[in-house]
Amino acid sequence: MLKRKIQELMTEPGCAVNTAKSAGERKKGCGKKLVPGAAAGGCAFDGAKIALQPITDVVHLVHGPIACEGNSWDSRNAWSTGPTLYRLGFTTDMNNLDIIHGGEKKLYKAIRRAIARHSPPAVFVYQTCVGALIGDDVEAVCKAATERMGVPVIPINAPGFVGSKNLGNRLGGEALFDHVIGTIEPDDVGPTDINILGEYNVCGELDQFRPLLARLGIRLRASITGDARFADVAACHTARVNMVLCSQALVTLARKMKETYGIPYFEGSFYGISDTSDALRAIAGLLVERGADPTLIERTEALIAEQEALAWARIEPFKARLKGKRVLLYTGGVKSWSVIQALQEVGMEVVGSSVRKATPSDREKALARLGGDEEKLADAIPPREMYKMFTEGRADMMLSGGRSQFIALKARTPWIDINQERHHGYAAYDGMVALVRQIDLSINNPIWNLVRAPAPWDPQ
Amino acid sequence: MALIVDHNKPLSTCPLKVSAPLGAALAFMGMKGCLPMFHGSQGCTAFALVMMVRHFREAIPLQTTAMNEISTILGGMDQVEEGLLNIANRAKPEIIGLISTALTETRGEDMSGELKQIRARNKELNDIAVVDVSAPDFAGSLETGWGKAVAAIIRALAVPTGGLAKLHQVNLLPGCHMTPGDIEAVKDIIADFGLDVIVLPDLSDSLDGHVADAYVPTTLGGTPVSQVREMGRSKLTIAIGEHMRVSARTLQEKTGVPFVLLDRITGLEAVDRLMVSLSTVAEVPVPARQRRARSQLVDAMLDGHFYFGGRSIAIAAEPALLWSMGKLVTDMGATIAAAVTTQAVPLLGELAAERVIVGDFEDLEDQILEAGGCDLIIANSNGRQAASRLSTPLYRAGFPVFDRLGPAHEVNAGYRGTRDLITRLGNILMECPNHGPISAEHIHGHTAAAAG
Repeated sequence: MLKRKIQELMTEPGCAVNTAKSAGERKKGCGKKLVPGAAAGGCAFDGAKIALQPITDVVHLVHGPIACEGNSWDSRNAWSTGPTLYRLGFTTDMNNLDIIHGGEKKLYKAIRRAIARHSPPAVFVYQTCVGALIGDDVEAVCKAATERMGVPVIPINAPGFVGSKNLGNRLGGEALFDHVIGTIEPDDVGPTDINILGEYNVCGELDQFRPLLARLGIRLRASITGDARFADVAACHTARVNMVLCSQALVTLARKMKETYGIPYFEGSFYGISDTSDALRAIAGLLVERGADPTLIERTEALIAEQEALAWARIEPFKARLKGKRVLLYTGGVKSWSVIQALQEVGMEVVGSSVRKATPSDREKALARLGGDEEKLADAIPPREMYKMFTEGRADMMLSGGRSQFIALKARTPWIDINQERHHGYAAYDGMVALVRQIDLSINNPIWNLVRAPAPWDPQ
Repeated sequence: MALIVDHNKPLSTCPLKVSAPLGAALAFMGMKGCLPMFHGSQGCTAFALVMMVRHFREAIPLQTTAMNEISTILGGMDQVEEGLLNIANRAKPEIIGLISTALTETRGEDMSGELKQIRARNKELNDIAVVDVSAPDFAGSLETGWGKAVAAIIRALAVPTGGLAKLHQVNLLPGCHMTPGDIEAVKDIIADFGLDVIVLPDLSDSLDGHVADAYVPTTLGGTPVSQVREMGRSKLTIAIGEHMRVSARTLQEKTGVPFVLLDRITGLEAVDRLMVSLSTVAEVPVPARQRRARSQLVDAMLDGHFYFGGRSIAIAAEPALLWSMGKLVTDMGATIAAAVTTQAVPLLGELAAERVIVGDFEDLEDQILEAGGCDLIIANSNGRQAASRLSTPLYRAGFPVFDRLGPAHEVNAGYRGTRDLITRLGNILMECPNHGPISAEHIHGHTAAAAG
């Protein structure tokens, strides 16, 4: 079962990277072999949890030994505007005896206890390596619990060893499609309902564009899954349009929703000013195609014009302070090319950008933005080389994820976090202004001159 | 005095416990030129690594054998071999810690046996010490893994030095409840006695937060392998925390160096015992500087006891830290409203509390509510949700502390560390009024005077 599902995800026809491959390559699938002793990143369970944990009002219960939940709970910056149940860590904390005797009974009791104490609209149960290895049938336990307790108990079958974090994201999406979406029929379906897939409300980013949608009369039925409620996700098959962010994670879900519920989808981004505008245009266009009021298009253009002008006006004062600064952009998730554009617009020079997880078309766009200079595009920069870039003064700052932060900081180089652990929202027009402001705060902080100066007793 | 209760609940809610492999990895962080590797799924490493990064705000060298579906079925020896060779070639470490996880232990992998075969056929590993540790996630917690790793390092690397003369030197085996700051403080104390010291493992040399001169792919510092081999020449081993007993005994068995196990090094009497041990082995009287520090601690206790007396404090921590903190606050006149820990350690039965619960933050919250509230919670950062729901101040201690700067620099050890801890806790208690209905009317109008 799981094997077939993984095979299907690995050969996703809706995935741009995949369709660009030759038939032989495509058959191999997209699972990169993880190299022992040289691997970095989370497992499939981690990915599934990242994709689903932002559903704020359900119990997320991890069936495994303590490491899987004990080492990671409440560590992600997905915000909620309401319920906080998703921030509690729940685990069966399997011990020796559970492994010998099997953990199904314990899991069943755990589900019962969680429902009794927290009365959630649903319980999400995550399988892990050990549960899978000893043959605990999580799907059967969930089925029995659903029947007897009257609360949907959703199995998420993504044990860590099946693959990478990205695969886990997809398996999380599968679980939603198989067990959640379409299970509630809402009584308030509207002509401008949309879903956004692959948005996790990191640092409240949802509210950097939700108000814009609201001004256009567009209702976000469900964000999958940032700041989501179970009932909204369950009813999201009634939306008119799906927008897919972070395309490689949930594009399979979008394709299946199109096939099953006839919801058209497009891939877009809310990172960068022109990307945000394009996304709004695409949403409006698709909604009108599906019967929404045609004036939506004009109203969208008006909003775009107003917001773009406002954003550029707010960015203007930073230009003088950032002009000519050289930045290394090292990221996987956030679409590189749209950020490159924003940085260039304020007069910064992008000296390098990673395209590790980019689709071929994203790569092309990034390359065009960098003046066709292939050398500026890197898959991965070895840490030692990156450190040298900073100590030799080839970059003035880095934008990256937490994993590489110390390479910059220990080379006494400004760094800001643009991955999921970040502490500021960088989405849409407001987000780009916020990003430019953070770059300014970082690069123009007075500490750099102080920490770079040698001690009085050290030679220059 | 306290009843140790383990409900063995089917559902752990808001876990206090972190995994044993993480504890083992943390111990290897105190070895010089080290790059440990988990034998498990890559997520095992990612979670542990991220948690340590968030706590220490430092790069954490930690690798994975990246077990996949096929190696999970067929066995992971090839993964271990490939991983070791990759690390050896890329990072050139002095020592690799190879740590099992629940996944590979459930499979029943014979990691030690396979490691011997791998070493026999790969000359590139000859100059690298590879220490394997069995620390499955399904048994014990942070302390367990830390203790197992230190014992494994000793078993693998310590050697009898029978013929050689003893040096004017002691061994220090710090528990995982000691911060790099604590270790540094104890090293200073030992130096005051004119003794040299070998610390195993020495986080104060690697995770003390400093800027190295070049890029280093392994740990930034710590105990060199060569020093572990010299431990047999010490006159005494000082182990701190009950979970270091096995390591201390192992070292004694291998090298003949006697040990003294101190249950804690926070608190007047506890530090007195450390001083007596050091004075005896160094054959010098307690130095003037330490006598002065003791006098300062006594003064801090005199000034501080007003603010502890009658206050109730809840603590959630690993056994050694719970013991250390619990003893200190009760020594100062406070009572323990709730005590939650990760393992049933018999010593905790001597804590002046009604119960010690082996459990999670849900248990802590329930216990505090049952006690009618409390004045202060001492726990790691994961206590923040409970503290905010109960509107009670949280003093962050233990691991992980990810929402404060500098947990590595907190010092609770020695006279001076105890004095400063009393000051920090006392200041929180001074600032917040007594909880509960009795004190509400009582303090009205008295807060200002008390705070003065």
